[in-house]
Amino acid sequence: MSEPVATAHAVNVRGYLSVFATLLVLTLVTVGVASLDLTEGMTVLVAVSIATFKAGLVALFFMHLKGEKPMVFWSLGLTGVLLVTLFAFVLWTEGDHLLGTKVGDAFGTAPAQTEPVSPKPQGGGGH
Amino acid sequence: MRVFSTDHKVIGLQYAFTSLAFLLIGFLFILAIRWHLAWPTDALPVVGKLLGETRTVEGILLPEFYLQLGAMHGTLMVFLAIVPLGVGAFGNYLIPLMIGAPDMAFPRLNALSYWLYLAGGLVMMVGFFLPGGAAQSGWTSYPPLADIASMGQTAWLGGLFLLATSSMVGSVNTIVTIVQLRTPGMTFMRMPFFIWAQLVTAFLLLLAFPPLQAAAVLQVMDRVAGTSFFLPTGLVVSEQVLKNVGGGSPILWQHLFWFLGHPEVYVLILPAFGIVSEVIRNITRKPLWGYRAMVGSAVFIGFMSFIVWAHHMFLTGMGPTMGAFFQVTTMIISVPSVIIVTALLLSLYGGSIRFTVPGLFALAFLPMFGLGGLTGLPLGLAATDIPLHDTNYVVGHFHYLVAPGTIFALFAGIYHWFPKITGRFMNETLGKIHFAGSLVAMNLIFFPMLIQGLTGVNRRLWDGGASYQFAEPVLFLNTTMSHAAFLLGFFQLFFIVNLFVSLRSGRTATANPWEATTLEWATPTPPIPHGNFAQPPRAYRDPYEYSVPGARTDFLPQNVADERAGT
Amino acid sequence: MDALPYTTTARPDTGLTSPKLGIWLFLASEVMLFGSLFSAYVLLRTGAPFWPDQSETLNVPLAALNTVILISSSVTMVLAWAAAAAGNLSRYRLFMGLTLLGGALFLVVKAIEYSDKFSHGLYPSTNNFLAIYFTMTGLHAIHVIAGMVVNAYLLGVTRMWREDHLRFTNRVEIAGIYWHFVDVVWIFLFPVLYLL
Repeated sequence: MSEPVATAHAVNVRGYLSVFATLLVLTLVTVGVASLDLTEGMTVLVAVSIATFKAGLVALFFMHLKGEKPMVFWSLGLTGVLLVTLFAFVLWTEGDHLLGTKVGDAFGTAPAQTEPVSPKPQGGGGH
Repeated sequence: MRVFSTDHKVIGLQYAFTSLAFLLIGFLFILAIRWHLAWPTDALPVVGKLLGETRTVEGILLPEFYLQLGAMHGTLMVFLAIVPLGVGAFGNYLIPLMIGAPDMAFPRLNALSYWLYLAGGLVMMVGFFLPGGAAQSGWTSYPPLADIASMGQTAWLGGLFLLATSSMVGSVNTIVTIVQLRTPGMTFMRMPFFIWAQLVTAFLLLLAFPPLQAAAVLQVMDRVAGTSFFLPTGLVVSEQVLKNVGGGSPILWQHLFWFLGHPEVYVLILPAFGIVSEVIRNITRKPLWGYRAMVGSAVFIGFMSFIVWAHHMFLTGMGPTMGAFFQVTTMIISVPSVIIVTALLLSLYGGSIRFTVPGLFALAFLPMFGLGGLTGLPLGLAATDIPLHDTNYVVGHFHYLVAPGTIFALFAGIYHWFPKITGRFMNETLGKIHFAGSLVAMNLIFFPMLIQGLTGVNRRLWDGGASYQFAEPVLFLNTTMSHAAFLLGFFQLFFIVNLFVSLRSGRTATANPWEATTLEWATPTPPIPHGNFAQPPRAYRDPYEYSVPGARTDFLPQNVADERAGT
Repeated sequence: MDALPYTTTARPDTGLTSPKLGIWLFLASEVMLFGSLFSAYVLLRTGAPFWPDQSETLNVPLAALNTVILISSSVTMVLAWAAAAAGNLSRYRLFMGLTLLGGALFLVVKAIEYSDKFSHGLYPSTNNFLAIYFTMTGLHAIHVIAGMVVNAYLLGVTRMWREDHLRFTNRVEIAGIYWHFVDVVWIFLFPVLYLL
């Protein structure tokens, strides 16, 4: 045993326990929502939103992000921006199926039938 | 000096010697290739007969071995030589000294990052001794080819994972050191530009390497666990359809690779900007000009470097909107680089320049970097990139930036800080010969490469373009470039001899022989083993106070309090 | 060699100790690591002509249990720090031990899940969903193991508790931040891989 120490962040046991309870409830909600018959888009939105909220609780209270210094927030913010960039541009360039565009097929299956842009050359250089 | 020392200066030197050894090995690889390209029917001298049947036929490189040498040359140079030298060696040794700190923030992590680097490099080299040889799918390891390549590729991926971890650990150390351990009075805007360059570089390494690590994990899974992350459906290899499930995306690898790959090239150049900046400020004896512009440009480059990567992928079928976006960001990122070089050029105006050996290398860096950067413009614009992509033009472009660019800056740094580290000067005559010969030889190698590329000669060709009729008029340049490459090798002997001879018997140097202002010159020579400074210094002024009117000397060190009381 | 400045006391202008800044920077890189794997998942799934029903292929109840286990071990970790801050060694040992137990249980459940898949002939090579599932949860499990190694060290080696109590307590906090991050990754992995 020794004396208590002055840590940079205050200890708040009751806070931790209420966050714990909230996390457990939200876990149950997540499982419950998945069994509802929502559209795919809605399921994704709800599930990811709940997960983000849970992650936020862990980050703010368990990881002491609440009351943390600007330098930490700037680093995390930069990371977030870059991650979104990676996601966004990879999907934008390759995610034709998601966006409904028809620019070729990046995954090797045969392209959909389309009208030729210019008339096919008649005769001439054959096989 | 303990082998597992946690002193940043020892670790910096460990990085330096290891990376210089890899630099030499990587250079020898390319000499073998250049011999082959110029004299494809002549056996490789000395080693040709010793390499064995899997690598050569009567001393002539087999295509598989040619590709191994090419892939490993790129890998060694980028990951095992230049970055460890610029960041691990110069960064580790100088950052604590320049900011007045006793060591890096996490000395044991620092040692760990060195040993992870060494381990990663050795694991990659082990590939040469595996069946099928080392990695041979380019330093870029594109699937599907890399997915189905021989075991050496898995060694490459394992080595890369270790190297990435080493870089990330080192980056955390660098950032925390610079933020937390600046000595009193050393505000952010009083830090030498070298430190800013290292800070931005550290952020690039920290945040850009993880996607490549993830990609390496995925490629290992493809190769070892039979997954199809990067394998498209129905891939045919040697006339047989692969049994893998398919449905993967080879382009995903390219995205993840180049998300690191582009910031990586700024990791290659930013420390060089930092070193050149320190040397040029010192040799011109002029007060600072454009410091804020340079700092802002470095930070802006860092941020922009994350949103240009797909300019390496213009030919992968992205739509014109995406192509336009990446063209625009690529054009924008050239602006801050030009600002930095212009600020350095303008710093020369009105200076009384001391043409020391480090000064010569630093000065030559400027036009060489300019040339390299300009040749990048047609590559950054999609329309002109179409005929130039994957030709020798690209190879010439980036070599101008890393060879007479970064490597010259690193040489400048070695000649410049050698007296602080060892207490001796390197020999000036040998240094000048090294400089002049290298400058001429490098231009003779890489300028013809641009010409060959414009003609359409592809890169990585075992026959150097000989089987293409359109390449016929420029094939003779292969011989020119190879002669120049061996000439370059000859002139490096002057450096190597100089390095070792000066260690023993170079002219002795005082603590501040170049009469510089930054804090690393305020330590004894060599700096105190653990702790650097006898007492923590205090920074009283900006980093480049040369020729301040009214001062007794033409330079005012940062740790000197009052100019009237200056030593 | 004297201890470096700002190891346990915060630097006035940044308000941070060096280890605190260091762990957050490290976690930033981990966010990029797992984030790029999530982006690979999205790309593979949206591009696939056929994607298996995830909740049919995997064991949702077991994974939900694992989620509860990991969240619980997160709570015990922060309570271990609280006990250290209060100077209560036996309470610290209890909660750190429970944290380790939680981690171990998590891994046991994962091992059960994996061997169940293998015994039904379901491997990473079977389809892209299983490939990304095994890869992401496998990498996550490696991170759990690494965290447990650190926690075990902090449980067993407590000399610093006597010699520099504040520094020890801060180390527990730093280890805790890493452990909570591992929990956060699972909080995203669970719905994305099992429920969607």
